[in-house]
Amino acid sequence: MKNNKLSIVLRGLIAENPVLVLVLGTCPTLAQTGNVIAALSMGIAATIVLVCSNMVISALRNIIPDTVRIPCYIVVIAGFVTVVQLVMQAYLPDLYEMMGVYLALIVVNCIILGRAEMFARKNNVVDSALDGLGMGLGFLLALLVMATIREVLGAGTFAGIEIPFLIVRDAAGVVKNSFTLPILTQAPGGFLVFGIMIAVINKIGPKKGEEKRKNFSCEGCPSATVCGRVACPENTELVTESDDRRDGGKEEA
Amino acid sequence: MNKLVVSSSPHIRTDSTTRRIMLDVLIALLPTAVAGTVIFGIKALWVMLVCVGFSVLSEFLFNLITKHTQTVGDLSAAVTGLILALNLRADAPLWQCAVGAVFAIIVVKCLFGGLGCNFANPAVTGRIFIMICFATTVGGGMMPTVVDLASSATPLEIMKGDTVNGLPSLPDMMLGLRGGAIGEVCAIAILLGFAYLVYRGVIHFETPLIFIGTVFVLSLIISSDLTLSLYHVFSGGLLFGAVFMATDYVTTPITRSGKMIFAFGCGLITVLIRFFGTYPEGVSFSILLMNILSPYIEKWTAKKPLGGKK
Repeated sequence: MKNNKLSIVLRGLIAENPVLVLVLGTCPTLAQTGNVIAALSMGIAATIVLVCSNMVISALRNIIPDTVRIPCYIVVIAGFVTVVQLVMQAYLPDLYEMMGVYLALIVVNCIILGRAEMFARKNNVVDSALDGLGMGLGFLLALLVMATIREVLGAGTFAGIEIPFLIVRDAAGVVKNSFTLPILTQAPGGFLVFGIMIAVINKIGPKKGEEKRKNFSCEGCPSATVCGRVACPENTELVTESDDRRDGGKEEA
Repeated sequence: MNKLVVSSSPHIRTDSTTRRIMLDVLIALLPTAVAGTVIFGIKALWVMLVCVGFSVLSEFLFNLITKHTQTVGDLSAAVTGLILALNLRADAPLWQCAVGAVFAIIVVKCLFGGLGCNFANPAVTGRIFIMICFATTVGGGMMPTVVDLASSATPLEIMKGDTVNGLPSLPDMMLGLRGGAIGEVCAIAILLGFAYLVYRGVIHFETPLIFIGTVFVLSLIISSDLTLSLYHVFSGGLLFGAVFMATDYVTTPITRSGKMIFAFGCGLITVLIRFFGTYPEGVSFSILLMNILSPYIEKWTAKKPLGGKK
């Protein structure tokens, strides 16, 4: 499969979204999506760490011995997390307080370790940086969508700003009526929204199962040269899908 | 000479269908619904209409959008909606009732594959969802409009304070002249429905009897007070839950001994929550917890066929 630079970035957004398709990093996803601000800062912090660690690990991929690679990755990731943590503590102390332990927990975020293992150790520095950026943005996007659903429907606010139709106040400013589902900001609501989002992505996104079956056509078949048949009989519906390809093959023959 | 029909088995069919059974449940719920309307006034009727309407509508739309076979006709959505409504206060805001009904049908039932595939009772889960979401809607009770009482605490909330002062008299409890949800107050109407269901063979009498019996005996052991134990039997959603929610086909064990274990577990958890928990009422939680255990109870109590290996 050929990758140009753009597709490496775009892949992380929907097709291989780290949270909704690969189902990695569910802990911060469930814990940090109660409100939009927390989700945004979590997503940005993780993206920064992901891009940097992917680059460094990719640069060191020929030096790190295979047998101890995981501890090495962890050390690199922990280094960048510490940098982000110190910067946030210095310049954004409120946000630092709000993120609490989850900022430090980026060290063991599966997405970052997973991309190091799956991508950065096999690809060059530029590609790894782009992969990190795409995956990080995918993570950020998933967190933002989920946090928006949970905060708007659960608390009637968006990034801390009240939505007038959902929270009705009388003249004195006392909350008269609120059309919210507080359960969504709690842990069970997180699981509910997460499950429904994965279901929606599975429905509209690329189908994993179909891709597998497509590879089963004659093109991907190892015994195509000795088989002599135009198409496998049990794959007739797949053949109709790739009619054009079959015709092209015939002409060549 | 065309009398000879060749067909594969089964040759003897019963005329009981899902639709027929659900219709029986609806008929059994009718006295409770009427009693609720009489006791709480026209508001109760609105809650019931909204819950049933949104349940049926959301199942219809879900099947339409996901291109499933339309299953609204089997009336199960209507039963879920009505049971949910009878579990709510008569003065519950209608939009909250609608949200609960949609949650019960879409999330608890349809997303798991529709009737027969849901692991938890949709009505119970819908009620718990509303209870956690909007604490004031289910907890506490609206007082009947036919009696003039200042207090609006349910008998269970009064008992939670370890006092029997201010409790309605037992005959009043039987008739339903007390605070509570629409369907749970009138014991006589529930028992009428119970008798109909047992007569029609829709439910076995063991589950409700063991459930209620367990609560009574355990209350007696814990409090050693006969009157208080009787109050525990007639208060809260115990009768309603035992008759209409702990006997759901889908979410309770299918074996006879499994049903008994299920009912005992429900009673045990109910008593534990009522006496030692923070919530005044534990019937819906106990049914939900035992729903989750149902597959294991079923596996454990499955009959070994004669000569079959373990």
